[in-house]
Amino acid sequence: MEAVNGRPKREIKKGETRKHIISILVNNEFGVLARIATLIAGKGYNIESLSVGDTSEANLSRITIEVKGDDVVIDQMIKQLRRLIDTIKVRDLTDVPRVERELMLIKLHAPSHKERDEILRIAQIFRGKVVDISQDSIMIELTGDSEKIKAFLNLVRPFGIKEMATTGKITLKRESVAEETQD
Amino acid sequence: MAMRKGADVIVETLLKEGVDVIFGIPGGANMEIYDALYRINKIKHILARHEQGAGHMAEGYAKASGKVGVALATSGPGATNLITAIADAYMDSVPVVFLTGQVPTFLIGNDAFQEVDIVGMTRPVTKHNFLVKKIEDLPLMIRQAFYIAKTGRPGPVLVDIPKDITQTMTDVEIPSDEEVINSLPGYKPHIEGNPQQIKRAAQLILEAKRPVLYVGGGAVAAEANAEITELAELMKIPVTTTNMGKGAFDERHPLSLRMLGMHGTYYANMAVYHSDLLIAVGSRFDDRVTGKVDEFAPFAKIIHIDIDPASISKNITVDVPIVGDIRSVLVRLIEEIKNKNSKIVHEEERKAWLEQIDAWKKAYPLSYKPSDKVIKPQFVIEALYDVTEGNAIITTGVGQHQMWSAMFYKYSFPRQFINSGGLGTMGFGLPAGIGAKVARPDKDVFIIDGDGSFLMTMQELITAAHYNIPIKVIIVNNAYYGMVRQWQELFYNKRYSEVDLSFQPDFVKLAEACGAVGMRTDNPKELKDVLLKAKNIEDKPVLVEVIVDREENCLPMVPAGKSYKDMLLSDGKNVEAETMYLVG
Repeated sequence: MEAVNGRPKREIKKGETRKHIISILVNNEFGVLARIATLIAGKGYNIESLSVGDTSEANLSRITIEVKGDDVVIDQMIKQLRRLIDTIKVRDLTDVPRVERELMLIKLHAPSHKERDEILRIAQIFRGKVVDISQDSIMIELTGDSEKIKAFLNLVRPFGIKEMATTGKITLKRESVAEETQD
Repeated sequence: MAMRKGADVIVETLLKEGVDVIFGIPGGANMEIYDALYRINKIKHILARHEQGAGHMAEGYAKASGKVGVALATSGPGATNLITAIADAYMDSVPVVFLTGQVPTFLIGNDAFQEVDIVGMTRPVTKHNFLVKKIEDLPLMIRQAFYIAKTGRPGPVLVDIPKDITQTMTDVEIPSDEEVINSLPGYKPHIEGNPQQIKRAAQLILEAKRPVLYVGGGAVAAEANAEITELAELMKIPVTTTNMGKGAFDERHPLSLRMLGMHGTYYANMAVYHSDLLIAVGSRFDDRVTGKVDEFAPFAKIIHIDIDPASISKNITVDVPIVGDIRSVLVRLIEEIKNKNSKIVHEEERKAWLEQIDAWKKAYPLSYKPSDKVIKPQFVIEALYDVTEGNAIITTGVGQHQMWSAMFYKYSFPRQFINSGGLGTMGFGLPAGIGAKVARPDKDVFIIDGDGSFLMTMQELITAAHYNIPIKVIIVNNAYYGMVRQWQELFYNKRYSEVDLSFQPDFVKLAEACGAVGMRTDNPKELKDVLLKAKNIEDKPVLVEVIVDREENCLPMVPAGKSYKDMLLSDGKNVEAETMYLVG
């Protein structure tokens, strides 16, 4: 054996911190969401958006979670999510071509004709729907990916937002792209 | 199926699972289950004196036998008292089914008397848990609990059973094995190792110049000790075992490096540090093993064989991950090596590697300064090794005595050394020892405990006396929380904050008051005789208080977060000054 200078080091893999979108197919049972939330909270991560809903199979639900974190830690978290007894399939869709939607309901100040017309025109361009209207307000329903929602919000903010609510993101992998690896 | 109470269904299901003993304590919410145990009268019950004790007994039983342990408690405080044992079983992957009574379904969420949300509380420390809401689910959930606890990476599963469920009359059938497996579509515990990865691993092993096998508790759980030994001998690979992996490879074998890590041997840590191939088998690169992660085995490629995909590349990125049942992976790995005629590429370097390891073994064997005036704690363990001829099952609490037990007793068979590794639960030793003795009445079971650890669950000595379970408790008494004191000495400039336990009970009288035999010695010359006398008492538990040198330190030691190169040796020297970084 020969001598080596200095203190040799092992390379430690560090990930990039970014938003991940994780799709989880689960048994439709009580406590499943709590189990998943506990696991994510245990990493010190905050769930940025969440949606839970039915799938084509009655006893299964799909949970879509958006969480910001280090790639390496998220990878470990996904392995741990897979280890849960009630998870059927867990996929990180962050780098996968996908269709992504969220739904927003937004109530805007519209005390006069002029403002209502303006809002209607913007809503039309964004394919939003008017779902309620009163003397001084107007409610729009809008679906789209987060970029579209953000763009719309920027445009209507000057009118004054009375109230708004958005759902969590839902997403499915796009099949129309070639050369996708299955996992 | 005839109509019977839910509680009877529980007992029937336990019998179907082959349960022969339960550790527990009755209370309001689980009385129906106790009534069914009384009426059916086919399962032995050990009445613990605290639910934590019942939980550790079930763990000790499971660790000693490889079977699923069962602990039973009532709702509320009974259930919360179990939590330490549940967390302990989770950290050390021990297959235990915990059954808890719960308030009736119509009172759940009402802040009823003795109600806690034990399912919510134990979610992060169980492999899985259940609340039984319908009588139809009862036998299936209990069977699922056993299946989940013992397959894949083993672990604790809790089943919370409301009182009205145990009282409901039902004709529900006990589900078959097939129905149990089909009811868990998201759980696939049987994984075959990837053949390509196994081929790569075989190639790396044949080409390695300085290989080391690093074997953990997963190898014990998978009962892969024969395969580990075959691989080590076939390829002449030195083997280090973790605290949990002890017994997977005979520590008296010339290829054994004993334990690695914070309180590992000098030669195990040196070997791992200088290795060019580390073969991790059922081990998880715990921080007590690796120390400073970026200086852990810095020259080595790593092969990691583990049943749990979530353990792979968790702390350290590995080069060849193999997820699968350890024994079947090793069988195929050995086949693969034999297919290549077991031809080691670098014969010369391998010979030099074993010679280097022998030189390290000679330079710094495990040692301490003997004395004929005071009893050295290390001497207690050595003496016990002699008296028991290395054949006893040893359980321990947590602290200095635990690490001395790991160092100075040589373990030769799986499930011989039972202690709390991951959680580090003081008070684990006595109840776990009782559970181990219940599982293995043919073996001598010695509990090596610290005076601090013992006091945390000492009430279970009454349990041992109640059932005439002839366990032997050796209290290594230094009248300190010794490991904390050691850290205060080394890292806090001897500011001994709240570690002095010199106000303590008369342990001999205490033993007698509990119905056990009590003995005491502070004389190194009579120690072995006292231990032998204790060994030969077969009808009662025995407690031997051994007064030891108070401020003896547990060395060698790699300080927390430091590298193996910063190891403190037993003669007060530091490795950094002693060796160079040598790489062949």
